[in-house]
This record gives sequence, structure tokens and C-alpha cells, in this order.
Amino acid sequence: MEDAAAAETLTRARSATAQLRYSRSHMASTEFWSMLFVFMLATFVGLQVIQNVSRLLHTPLMSLTNAISAIAVVESISLTGADYPTPIRILGVVAVFASITNIVSGFLITDRMLKMFKTTRQGDRK
Amino acid sequence: MILADVIPFAYLVATVLFILSLRWMNDPRTARQAVFAGVAAMLIAVVATWIGPEIVNHVWIVVGIVGGIVVGIPLSRVPLTAVPQRTALSHAFGGMAAGLVGVAYFYLWRSHNPQNLTPFRTGALITENILGFLTFTGSLMAAGKLQEVKWIPQRPVTYKGQNLVNMGLLIAAVVIGILVVLNPTSPLAGALFPIVVALALLFGVLLIIPIGGADMPTVIAILNSYAGLSASALGFVVNNKLLVTAGALDGSSGLILAVIMCKAMNRSFTNVLFGAFGQVQAAKASGEAKTVKSATPQDVADIMTNADRVVIIPGYGMAVAQAQHRVHELYDQLTKRGIDVKFAIHPVAGRMPGHMNVLLAEADIPYESLVEMDDINPDMAQTDVCLVVGANDVVNPAARHDKSSPIFGMPIIDADKAKTIIAIKRSMNPGFAGIDNELYYDDKTLMAFGDAKQVIGDVVKAVNGEGASTH
Repeated sequence: MEDAAAAETLTRARSATAQLRYSRSHMASTEFWSMLFVFMLATFVGLQVIQNVSRLLHTPLMSLTNAISAIAVVESISLTGADYPTPIRILGVVAVFASITNIVSGFLITDRMLKMFKTTRQGDRK
Repeated sequence: MILADVIPFAYLVATVLFILSLRWMNDPRTARQAVFAGVAAMLIAVVATWIGPEIVNHVWIVVGIVGGIVVGIPLSRVPLTAVPQRTALSHAFGGMAAGLVGVAYFYLWRSHNPQNLTPFRTGALITENILGFLTFTGSLMAAGKLQEVKWIPQRPVTYKGQNLVNMGLLIAAVVIGILVVLNPTSPLAGALFPIVVALALLFGVLLIIPIGGADMPTVIAILNSYAGLSASALGFVVNNKLLVTAGALDGSSGLILAVIMCKAMNRSFTNVLFGAFGQVQAAKASGEAKTVKSATPQDVADIMTNADRVVIIPGYGMAVAQAQHRVHELYDQLTKRGIDVKFAIHPVAGRMPGHMNVLLAEADIPYESLVEMDDINPDMAQTDVCLVVGANDVVNPAARHDKSSPIFGMPIIDADKAKTIIAIKRSMNPGFAGIDNELYYDDKTLMAFGDAKQVIGDVVKAVNGEGASTH
């Protein structure tokens, strides 16, 4: 009785493992395709939105996108803060440093430059 | 369980804010909102990640963040002439951060979760590493050239077979990368991986060595694109859609700017990266002695105050001479007299896209007076006086008709169509690109020799003096 139940449990566990293995490889591929979709859509949105940016603002635009692409900071934080071996965390903390440098200097300098753009009307009021 | 949904939701909000941020960047009136949206998005993403369950060590994160703030704040206060260097440096940091995270995950997964190293992910990881590390060294080189660091040659360095060497290096990196993808957990892959990184680092240096000053705006834009793409590829590696999106936005932004820069110089991407500008120069010594007319600051002041419409064409030379504030005084004096003064901005004026606009904005010149090349050219024939300050190639009519000129085909500002042209120049030496400018020999052209800051200062004084005597 007990043996039969144990055997059944074992079989079930095995089939579950097999299923999991299948779904994992299957998932890896769907995952990749959904990422590619996101990438493609984001590229189009980027091309559309940025095409309309006035040439006046191309330098601030570049420092803004610099700061935005430093979003790799989230992965650097995961690497640094998780319970990983020390060499991994050292790479992580250097990446946190580099990303935060870009975020801080990128946003601050963008704002500093934008403050300089004045219209004639503002100039008259002063 | 709720926390598991909080993080993706936060990332979604951050993505929306990033897109809005770029949208608001379209117009100077909403542009500062764009910065707020970007900062908010970044804060949301960072906090959401930090409160995640797998984050158990906080001290190192704080150390990294504090270090970044300490270095980031002074970097945001550089003079505006140094903004191109700062931008290149931040591309380097971005590429490095993405590259290092990729390296960390490769070795982490090899020893802890080999099942994560699927062909797709490993492929993305190799791509990300090559892009990230070549951006790192390439941007450092670009920043060094812009900053005029002594041990980095300013002039393009070219040698025979250069493109072959560069392409060979890149192909080698890709082939070795494919070997790693085929069996990422083997000891061989562990040994080959650092070679891929080393080749990418070397490729970045060699790619920038042949690039000269005139091509810097394009190169910076291309490196911007690479930095974004490497962040995006990192998103593929770690399955993070926020990274994929933000990286793609940056990548497409860099691409658009690079295309604009290339069009403005009538050159192709490949031509910029693989056809060093410097080697074309066999500047033919013009035999005939051409004569130029020169003018004193007083002459210039007289001509300008009698005009109805003035167009000023600034080039990077104006910023080098620190003349923008004198230019602003001149602008004020002339507009006060009811003269219509506009600035004609060539897309490649300056050392990065949009650089000249920022330099003039810093000098308090209202942005409505800054007009793009395509918009001002139709009005040049109705312009009484055109003042060229520190610009050279972008007003050279040879670009329109002289097929032997290296700048042939480049769109230019039609300075020669104005009724009178005044060019301020130190001497008759040809400019940076070494190309003689026939505009200076035009009958309608007057040359005011001297340092731009000095000459314009004297012109302003003369204009003032005149005002005092007539009123």
C-alpha cells in the first residue's frame, strides 16, 4: 500500500519536474520574444518622440538621455545588495557608482542648461 | 506576494515617466518639466529595487551612491564649453556600468545558476559586453581628445590598413563571443570571456584614434547610441523590461542625433567612422595672390548701425575666444536701435549637437533669435549685414560648387548672399580643416582682423560712441 503510494508520488514529482523543465526552456524563448517586442516598440516611440525635439535643445537632450540610460543602476543595486560572493558585489558597487554619477550629473546639468534658455518676454520683465 | 507586484508596477510607472520626459523635451517651455519626470522615474525605480526581498546588504549600496553624488555634482558644474567632454565621459561611465554588470552576471551564473545561461541570454550578454566596453574606452578617448589631454593625439591618427585592423578586431571579438555562447559553462568559455572584453576595450580605442575635431559631434552621438543599446541589451540579459525600454530610448535618441549630424556634413556613418577626415587634406596652394578688404571696428559699427537686418553666424571659434558675452552686448545695442538681429546656427556648430545654442543661451541671448540653417537661408538675400564670428567651413561657398573641396556637398549657411559680409578672423591662415575659404575674397566681404572678443568689444564701443554723438 505504502510502496504504491510512494511510487505514485515519485512518478508525479518526476512528471512535474519534466514539465517544469519544458516550461522553463519554453519560457526562455517566449521571454526573449516579448523582450524583443518591447525593444522594438520602445525604439519606435523613441524615434517618434525625439524627432520632434527642437534642435535648440539637442545638448540638454543628450545629457537627459544619458541620465535616463543610467537606469542600469537598478541591476547594479541588485548585484551589490544581494547575498552574492564578494567579487560580484565589488563589480556591482563600481557599477552603482558609475550609474549614480551619470544620473546626478546628467539631471543637474540638463536643468542648469535649460534654466539658461530665456525668451525675450522674460528678458523684458527683468 | 504584494511586493512581487509592486516592483513591476513601479517599473511600469518609471517607463511612462521616461517617455513623458522625452516628450516634454520637445519644447523649451516644457523642458524643465522633463527633468522632473526623469528624476521622479529614476527615484521610483531605485526605491522599488532597493526594497526588494533579495537586497540584504545596504552599506555598499550607500557607499556607491554617495560616491556617485560626490563625483556627479562637480561634473554637473563644468563650464559649457566643456559639456561635450562631460557628455563623452558619461557615455564612458554608462558603457562601463552596463559592461561590469554583464561580467558579474556571467560569472555568477556560471558558478550558481548555469541554467540561466541560455543561448539567447548568453548571446545578449556578449553583445552587451562588446557594446559596453567599446563605448567605455571609445568615449574616454573622445573625452580626452575634446579636453585636449596631452598624451592623446588631437589630430586624426591614420595608418595603412587601419580599417582592416579594426574590422578584424571586431570580427575576432564576435567569433570568440559565439564560441562562448555555444558552451557558456565550459572552462574554455571562462577563459575566452575575458578575451572578448579585452578585444572590445581595444577596439574602442582604435575606433576613435582616426577621428578629428570636426567629426566629434557625430562620434559623440554614435557613442550615445551605443551606451543606450548596451543598457538595453543588459535588459535582455537580466530580463528587465525597464532597462530594455530606457536603453532603447537612449539608443534611438543617439541615432537620430548622429543622422542629423551626418546629414549636416553630407557624410555617411561609415565615412565618419572609417574615412578619417584628416587624410584628405592635400590643400592645394592657390597660386594667384588674392586680395581681401579689411575693416576697422569703427567701419564695422557704421555698417551695422545703418542696417535693418543683421544675421550673426557664430562658430566654435567664438566660444574659444570667450566672445559670447561681447556678442550679447552687440545684440543688445543693435536691437535697441530697432535693428532685427538673428543668429544663424549650423547643426555642426560647436563640438556636440546643439552646443552653439547652449553657449548663446548662457550669454542670455533669447532663444527666439536663434534660427536654424534651413530656416534662415531663404532670408539671407534680404539680409543687409552678415557677421561671421569664429565660423569658417559652414559658410564656405566652395561646398556648393567646388567638387575638389573636402567639404563639397555639405549644406552651408548662405552668408555670401547677404548684401555685406563681415568676417572676424585672427589672420588669413586657413581654419582647422585647412581649407581655404573663398567667402573672404568676395567683393562684398570685409575682414576685421583680431581676437573675436577684442574686435567685438571695440565694435560695441564704437556703436555706443556713435549713439552718444547722434543723440
